[in-house]
Amino acid sequence: MARIIALIVKELQAILRDRRGRVVLFAAPLIQLMVFGYAATFDLNRVPVAIYDQDGSEASRQLVARFLGAPAFALADTLRSDRRIDALIDSRAVQMVLVIGRHFTRDLLRGRAAPVQVIVDGRNSNTALIIVGYANTILTGFGDDWRAARGGRGPPAHLVMRARYNPALRSQWFVVPGIVALLTQVVTLVVIGLSVAREREAGTFDQLLVTPLTPLDILIGKSVPGLLIGMVEASVIVLAAVFWFHVPLRGSIGALYAGLLLFVTAVTGVGLAISAVSATQQQALLGAFLFMVPSVILSGFATPIANMPLWVERITLVNPLRYMLVIVRATFLEGAGFATLAGQFWPMAAIGAVNLGLAAWLFRKRST
Amino acid sequence: MNGAAWRRVRGLMRKEAVQIWRDPSALAIAFLLPAILLWLFGYGVTLDARRVPLGIVVERPGALAASFTAGFDRSRYFAPHRYLSGRDAEQAMAAGKVSGIVWLRADFGRQARTARGAPVGVVIDGVDANTARLVEGYVQQVWAGWVAAAAARQGERDALPLDIRPRVRFNPSVNSRHYLIPGLIALIMTLTGALLTALVIAREWERGTMEALMVTPVTLRDILVAKLVPYFALGMGGMFGSVGIAVFLFGVPLRGSMLVLSFCAALFMLAALGMGLLISTVARNQFVAGQLALITTFLPAFILSGFVFDLHSTPGFVQAISHVVAARYFIAILQSVFLAGDVWAVILPNAAALALLAAIFLALARALSRKRLD
Repeated sequence: MARIIALIVKELQAILRDRRGRVVLFAAPLIQLMVFGYAATFDLNRVPVAIYDQDGSEASRQLVARFLGAPAFALADTLRSDRRIDALIDSRAVQMVLVIGRHFTRDLLRGRAAPVQVIVDGRNSNTALIIVGYANTILTGFGDDWRAARGGRGPPAHLVMRARYNPALRSQWFVVPGIVALLTQVVTLVVIGLSVAREREAGTFDQLLVTPLTPLDILIGKSVPGLLIGMVEASVIVLAAVFWFHVPLRGSIGALYAGLLLFVTAVTGVGLAISAVSATQQQALLGAFLFMVPSVILSGFATPIANMPLWVERITLVNPLRYMLVIVRATFLEGAGFATLAGQFWPMAAIGAVNLGLAAWLFRKRST
Repeated sequence: MNGAAWRRVRGLMRKEAVQIWRDPSALAIAFLLPAILLWLFGYGVTLDARRVPLGIVVERPGALAASFTAGFDRSRYFAPHRYLSGRDAEQAMAAGKVSGIVWLRADFGRQARTARGAPVGVVIDGVDANTARLVEGYVQQVWAGWVAAAAARQGERDALPLDIRPRVRFNPSVNSRHYLIPGLIALIMTLTGALLTALVIAREWERGTMEALMVTPVTLRDILVAKLVPYFALGMGGMFGSVGIAVFLFGVPLRGSMLVLSFCAALFMLAALGMGLLISTVARNQFVAGQLALITTFLPAFILSGFVFDLHSTPGFVQAISHVVAARYFIAILQSVFLAGDVWAVILPNAAALALLAAIFLALARALSRKRLD
């Protein structure tokens, strides 16, 4: 036991000795949390729009006022002809052009559908869809109010929309818990990923193997620092999510921490296995990237897993981040506890066990 | 560069090439990594929700309710599941089986004949706010289609006061793959660039070979140039491979010219490699260099580049920080060159920014690497 503790202390010293290393490990994730927490948003805010009002009537001005009153849009240009529409969008000066037809008021008064054109920049198709959605909401609201004010008959049914768990559909509530999982993974991987490869390259791993330490001792000694640092950073990030970003933490904190512990263990296992299989730090770094990049992109962090083709979805089943994202989001927003999340816990435990076993086996194999 | 210097650089480059050849991980980084990642992500990364599981509750079946819900059965965006009561549907949503509920009350048929019309309850799982908003849009489309059809059946004139005609330029089918894949190329090449060079100078310091190089007539500039050129060639090879995959495997239209694309790609590659060299120079040992590369390259290029999250909507300080992320400029160029064509108003400022960043990174790497022993 004392031997393992000595090894853990040595590992922690090796990680924390270098001042630049400490900055990388502690300052960088916090800065990233602050920046990403604000950057990673799908909400629209002050989207530059141009307006081409051919009608220039009372009604069309009211409609324009509704657009400019919405915080999602900001007026960038007013057009007098359709000549500049394409150029404005091509050069990304505006993301949307609203064209109100010449007979807008006349059509409205005669009960004919008054044409309104919404032209958006499709280079970012997601933003384009959201802009069209926002514009639709404003236009439909205007139309309904116009009808209602003149005692007209409305459509036979109207939609009453409500969003569960995140009523205002704030993407920060979705993204910040995701960042908790994301940064925890990066930090753990950074601590663990190069640790064995570095000793291999320096030759000190062979020295470690001739000490009375068993491969299991080495495994524990190498993983505990990653677990410790990973859990500490995760806690700091969770606190920031709750108290700085004000994301509601409605579920069981016990379930969240059980999930984090299993997740950090799983990532530690992956990191150690990568490190143990690499002969040089260059290879270990490549391995760490080869794991981290797909694990982030195919995790459901930004693009939903439900949209992926079935065979890609199957690949994500071995990705611990996938399960952790479900756990953080469910405990934060849905108020989930152990019972609903059981299906997320055991895959991470399995991934961790397999990879830690693999790492221990690789230690022994490489030493002979 | 005079003849002697050129000979020195050539010698160093040959040494670097031998080292690349000896540890094939550099070749893997340059060619295998982009190909595998782009292939995998090209299929896996899409924001287009399709076959969204949707709970439908009809409390009292009737002809009108049936015509309403038929729209959801026909829509390619939904996979409807029927529930007998609102409670069942809510439980299914809590269990994650459906992402939304459309709920027709018992008095739907009666209310529909009143002037106000019948309210239709729509509850959407808002955890994933972006998908929730898209699903809301799809529900609205189905509703609008039903309203128009109902009006036409009754021989009424237009049922909705406005005729909204959305037109999405450059990507009329709003296929998110067409905009995500150019971004993926920039993302993957950021990694490749940083990975290729992040360790190369730190390695020389760590192994003591930097000191050996110092006693030769080689200048620091020679060392940096010799490190840059082979990896630049590798990186550009990977870049062309990625563009090929995007165009021929995923069918992303390339509307701009290959020449413009190559020129901008070269500028971007210089910036990405320069960033790697800078990391390597600052860190001086491979361990810290590796950690720095892991933390400073991937996530910023992923989140602060406009790859999925639109930078327009972020607060000012985030936009300011994003100016040092080279991927940001390259993604803007790639999205335009692929989907719109050679739009100079987009290409020129972004290319200038890339050139400036490359110059800054390389100059910093040059300034911070001193030919001295500690």
